[in-house]
Amino acid sequence: MADVSIRQARKSYGSTKVLHGVDVSIGDGEFVVLVGPSGCGKSTLLRMIAGLENITEGEIAIGGKVVNTVPPKDRDIAMVFQNYALYPHMTVRENMAFSMMLAKAPADVIEAEVQRAAKILGLDVLLDRYPRQLSGGQRQRVAMGRAIVRDPQVFLFDEPLSNLDAKLRVQMRSEIKELHQRLKVTTVYVTHDQIEAMTMADQIVVMNGGRIEQSGAPLDLYDTPANLFVAGFIGSPAMNLLSGRVRDGAFHADGGAVMPLPPGAPPTATTYGIRPEHLRLDDAGIAASIIVVEPTGSETQVSLNIGETHLLGAFRERVMGRHGDTLMISPDLDLVHLFGPDGRRL
Amino acid sequence: MSATTVPATWNKARQQPGRLARLFDYKPFLVFACLLPALGLLGVFLTYPLGLGIWLAFTDTTIGRRGVWIGFENFEYLFTDPIFWNAVFYSVFYTGVATLGKFALGLWLALLLNNHLPLKSLLRAIILLPWIVPTVLSAIAFWWIYDPQFSIISYLAVDVLGVRTTNFDFLGSAWPARWSLIAANIWRGIPFVAISLLAGLQTISPSLYEAALLDGSTPWQRFRYITFPMLMPILAIVMTFSIIFTFTDFQLVYAITRGGPVNSTHLLATLAFQRGIPGGQLGEGAAIAVSMIPFLIFATLFSYFGLARRKWQQGEGND
Repeated sequence: MADVSIRQARKSYGSTKVLHGVDVSIGDGEFVVLVGPSGCGKSTLLRMIAGLENITEGEIAIGGKVVNTVPPKDRDIAMVFQNYALYPHMTVRENMAFSMMLAKAPADVIEAEVQRAAKILGLDVLLDRYPRQLSGGQRQRVAMGRAIVRDPQVFLFDEPLSNLDAKLRVQMRSEIKELHQRLKVTTVYVTHDQIEAMTMADQIVVMNGGRIEQSGAPLDLYDTPANLFVAGFIGSPAMNLLSGRVRDGAFHADGGAVMPLPPGAPPTATTYGIRPEHLRLDDAGIAASIIVVEPTGSETQVSLNIGETHLLGAFRERVMGRHGDTLMISPDLDLVHLFGPDGRRL
Repeated sequence: MSATTVPATWNKARQQPGRLARLFDYKPFLVFACLLPALGLLGVFLTYPLGLGIWLAFTDTTIGRRGVWIGFENFEYLFTDPIFWNAVFYSVFYTGVATLGKFALGLWLALLLNNHLPLKSLLRAIILLPWIVPTVLSAIAFWWIYDPQFSIISYLAVDVLGVRTTNFDFLGSAWPARWSLIAANIWRGIPFVAISLLAGLQTISPSLYEAALLDGSTPWQRFRYITFPMLMPILAIVMTFSIIFTFTDFQLVYAITRGGPVNSTHLLATLAFQRGIPGGQLGEGAAIAVSMIPFLIFATLFSYFGLARRKWQQGEGND
């Protein structure tokens, strides 16, 4: 096991800059998730750690050793690919044994290692099958088994769950997390799904446009997003972000809504953020007219208009109402996020 | 509950389809009608000539004289004919060596072209040229290259580099002529192999190579354990075709040496033509052509077993 540190890593393809100086420090045994919209450079960064892409500038160190010029096979890492990259002409056993076979390990050692990994992942009965004969979840597990057999210092996952259906994704999510807790190997995990990031990570690194927007523990990102991008990206349903300005001790949103401010709110705020789950029903609150009511059972999501200002609310209570009905709501003042004109948190 | 009111009935008589429409609705007829054009073409252009050829092989037909059935006499004669055995030997040798050469060079070229190269599409187009040029034209070009007096290779070796004092004798004696023809055939056959294998290479997912890279493989190991096994199905198809085309080759040999010198470069196809048409012995020529059939059946069986879908390509159970 080892820590990974990325210092001022830059990547460009010709004149196209993909990463603009990224710093991440990953502790020994930590589970770090790189998350961001597609094209933000997260997969490129992962491939740079793996050695599949060279590093244009800056350095990446694994276990204290700078690996910029170390070939992938000598970095002691294992990677799970989005499409699993299982060798189709080899059985599960051969797939898992491949790296050890190349390393010319004795046959009984290989068999023991394969059995150990197969047992961890429940693949014992599938060892003689070919990848074609496996379901998506099983293939995913074989890909992880191939990584486990190598007993690497760092696990890299490149959007491993995006080819699975929703239910399997939730199941594999907790399997991967459990695996990490069992093996305690430093893990870097790339995804575009912020729920995966929130549920699995010790540390989340939110990336956008080749830069890091914010990194920290999942709940820190949720509670105190550093800027508008993180505020809008982390959390589901997404935070309501209203633009407008502060006047007479209240926030006047562009659509006409007047939102109460917490005491001591900075007058320079131009964006008012409130998560849907932090709006509550309050008879003394603001009148909002209902557009759509979406009950999910555990909560009710209501799409609302205050004047021309659009808001989404998520309430524990079962809201009954129709289009055009009035709902009285008020924001939880402690949980209001204010952002300045530069998009930074105030 | 029973119905108490009788609903108004629809009285319009159902229109009976016409005779023709009923005929075409009749499945056996439809199958026959759809197969007819294909069967007709195959019958006229494939089955009839093949059947006629096989029949001729058992007669003593010559040009201008209708033959009679003589059983295996043609074959018995051929079995004692050293020129026939020479053609059998050279056909097998020619096919074996040329196929080996085409595949070694073609695979190498395909692997090269599969890399990121500048002007890749232009290179690919150029590679195809030997295949696009009509065989007879390229044969004439090789004829010049192998000419005892005007050969460019001799010119380079003797006049430019000065490594020899006499011209090469490419086509004047048996073995040099045999090797020269094989070289020409390899040159002509490479594009087909290279382009087909390149298509096969491009179906291999790059992430497999990345996974193998992380698994610690050397370039040779990636070829040995990933590229080669995954290329095997297409390799088998291309090899079958290549063997069949090479074994039945005619144009190249006939245009460059006409089977000479002293019949040393006759393939079965050129010998069959020589005996049958210029020699007029249609029956004997046909017998030579028919004797190619066992070899071709062997090549097809090779493909049948070599191509048998491998287990890993199938989706079904493991048993």
